Amino acid sequence: MNEETNLLIKPREVVVPGQVLAKGMDNLPSDGTYREGEEIISNKLGLVNVDGRVIKVISLTGAYVPKEDDIVIGKVVEIGFSGWFVDVGSANDANLSLRDVEDYVERGADLTKYFDFDEILIAKVVKVTRFKSIDITMKAQGLRKIKGGKIIEITPSKVPRVIGKQGSMISMIKEHTNCEITVGQNGRVWIQGSNVEDEILATKAIMKIESSSHVNGLTEIIETLLKEGTKK
Amino acid sequence: MIDKRPDGRKFEEMRKIEGKVGIVKRADGSAMFKIGDTVAIAAVHGPRVLHPRFLQDPQKGVLRCNYDMATFSVSDRKKPGPSRRSTEISLVTEKSLLPVLDLSMYPSSVIDVFIEITQANAGTRCAGIVAASMALAHAGIPMKDLVSAISVGKVGGRVVVDLDKEEEDLESFGGPTDIPIAYTPKNGEFTLLQLDGNITKEEFIEALKLGRESCKQIQKEQERALKEVYKEKGK
Amino acid sequence: MNKDYIMSLAEKDVRIDGRKFDEYREVSIETGVSMNAEGSARCKIGDTEVIVGIKMAIGTPYPDAADEGSIVVGAELLPMSNPDFESGPPGKQAIELARIIDRGVRESKAIDFKKLCIKEGEKCWMVFIDIYSINDDGNLIDAAGLATLTALNGAKFHKLDKDDNINYKEYGDKKVELELMPITCTFGKVNGKIIIDPNNDEESALDARLSIATFNGKVYAMQKGLDRGFTLEEIEYMIDVAIAKEKELKTLIKEQK
Repeated sequence: MNEETNLLIKPREVVVPGQVLAKGMDNLPSDGTYREGEEIISNKLGLVNVDGRVIKVISLTGAYVPKEDDIVIGKVVEIGFSGWFVDVGSANDANLSLRDVEDYVERGADLTKYFDFDEILIAKVVKVTRFKSIDITMKAQGLRKIKGGKIIEITPSKVPRVIGKQGSMISMIKEHTNCEITVGQNGRVWIQGSNVEDEILATKAIMKIESSSHVNGLTEIIETLLKEGTKK
Repeated sequence: MIDKRPDGRKFEEMRKIEGKVGIVKRADGSAMFKIGDTVAIAAVHGPRVLHPRFLQDPQKGVLRCNYDMATFSVSDRKKPGPSRRSTEISLVTEKSLLPVLDLSMYPSSVIDVFIEITQANAGTRCAGIVAASMALAHAGIPMKDLVSAISVGKVGGRVVVDLDKEEEDLESFGGPTDIPIAYTPKNGEFTLLQLDGNITKEEFIEALKLGRESCKQIQKEQERALKEVYKEKGK
Repeated sequence: MNKDYIMSLAEKDVRIDGRKFDEYREVSIETGVSMNAEGSARCKIGDTEVIVGIKMAIGTPYPDAADEGSIVVGAELLPMSNPDFESGPPGKQAIELARIIDRGVRESKAIDFKKLCIKEGEKCWMVFIDIYSINDDGNLIDAAGLATLTALNGAKFHKLDKDDNINYKEYGDKKVELELMPITCTFGKVNGKIIIDPNNDEESALDARLSIATFNGKVYAMQKGLDRGFTLEEIEYMIDVAIAKEKELKTLIKEQK
């Protein structure tokens, strides 16, 4: 038997936990799958991706799982002696330590002067430990406290679709709506335009991508939506 | 022995089933499961931060199930709030789902599963487990298999699948025997097993075998409902 | 997270979802959502969903109202419906919701309690109204109000046996008749502006809240919520809007089959 015939699924097929994806030893199980004897089995609800011999399942739903270098949008929920705790929508709050902010913070300073409770930050994940402790930083270009604008939440696994190939999708939305948009890998999207109509149109476009992320011809659908929206 | 079930079903026949996924927007995963006139809804919140801290497990996530019935889901109004019964069912629900879950990715966090029975006609804990299993998959939690569940047992001297309320109350031929089971088809294990009544070993094994077949059918419906979420919408 | 944004929009007379200040989200009502209930309904307002079920029991009339039955309203803010809701006994928010609905039915005399009397001084019907939030995207109060009226409207009474015990197998001919249908409309104040039917995002930015139940142009119940107050002009405006909305929303109330 060759590789092809071992596969029991078509690429990009939707699979469920427990579904057998391939038989035999030719394929390698990756994310979202596991091997049991001769079989490679899905352990997630999602889309199958076959890359050479490697099989993985990309989940389309679920909470955010942080990875190093992710740009995320978070909210300050707690302030300690040595830094801030930031809710980034994952299973644990992220730590922002004093040395990870742009300004030099003196010992004993009032930390709320830098980042206060409920303030929203665009930050970068620098480290995720084995026990899922998450460290974030504010020291890199584009990282900052957000003032104004709105935040919408989408399923984190849909973020790549909202961004599009080489950022094509998000560029198109920005162009048509004249909005500033930052898409956090954690599924939070910050939108700021010069008027609420633009912001609502950008929101609609992003929500449409979320609900039809697996549909062919999505770019055209979104372009039509944006054009119709800007006509009014 | 009875020669017919009260509602005319075959002895090994379960009631009509239907699953639906994605029914509670604000949850991370959610599902409804209907078997006959019993309706269970389940919603998953998490993985999220677990408070208080002493409940956390630094090695893996904690699963917390919460089963309850709406006061109006039964004929004689149920008192609101948890009871000893609902607490026990929450516990056995957790234990029936845990064997398939991989929570190693979520140290110190909790995955909350809330199950509400909105309409009851027997078999509510099993319906809850079926809905919860779909909701967990919908929430993107890694799981080796879907868990399906059904009650089997003995009614009027016959081994049957999926007792309804009328059958649960049938006192003839030694009274009813109710055996709620949960089953994970992939590895062939029963992860919920309770028994009320009296039954011979042979009948019991027969009941489990019949239940296993029904669970496989239920799993097909779970699969269908889960995949339905990704069908094209609104086009 | 959008509190500041919603407040700044209010200044420009717009809402986060583009609605007008006096515009509801889409409202839909369904009956017969739970077959063992004597009456039941589901109400959706946008993504908010509430179900209500009616159960009846036999009780003893209160000594000061020997010829009347009564109602008991309970509300469960299910933790599934909102990540911020916690398990456990009903908190202040759930109790407030139940009390608002209770008064909307009781004090307005939407139900004639005398019709719930079985034997004066001895036996009466107790009507249990239980509210469950399924998904909370704001304004649970109005959704609960509409679902309650629909669940009550034509809810059936079971037959009684010789000893006046309930026979759960059979319904009689007796039904709940609503004498009137006070419709509850909830308003919020954001940055000095009054909005109707606040969604969950907007609720986070509210300074004050007012729920008004009206029927045929008259006011039957009211509840002011949250930390701030309203001016007389604002209250007058809200009553006018509530009376206008009552006419539209009333048409959505169905009768139990």
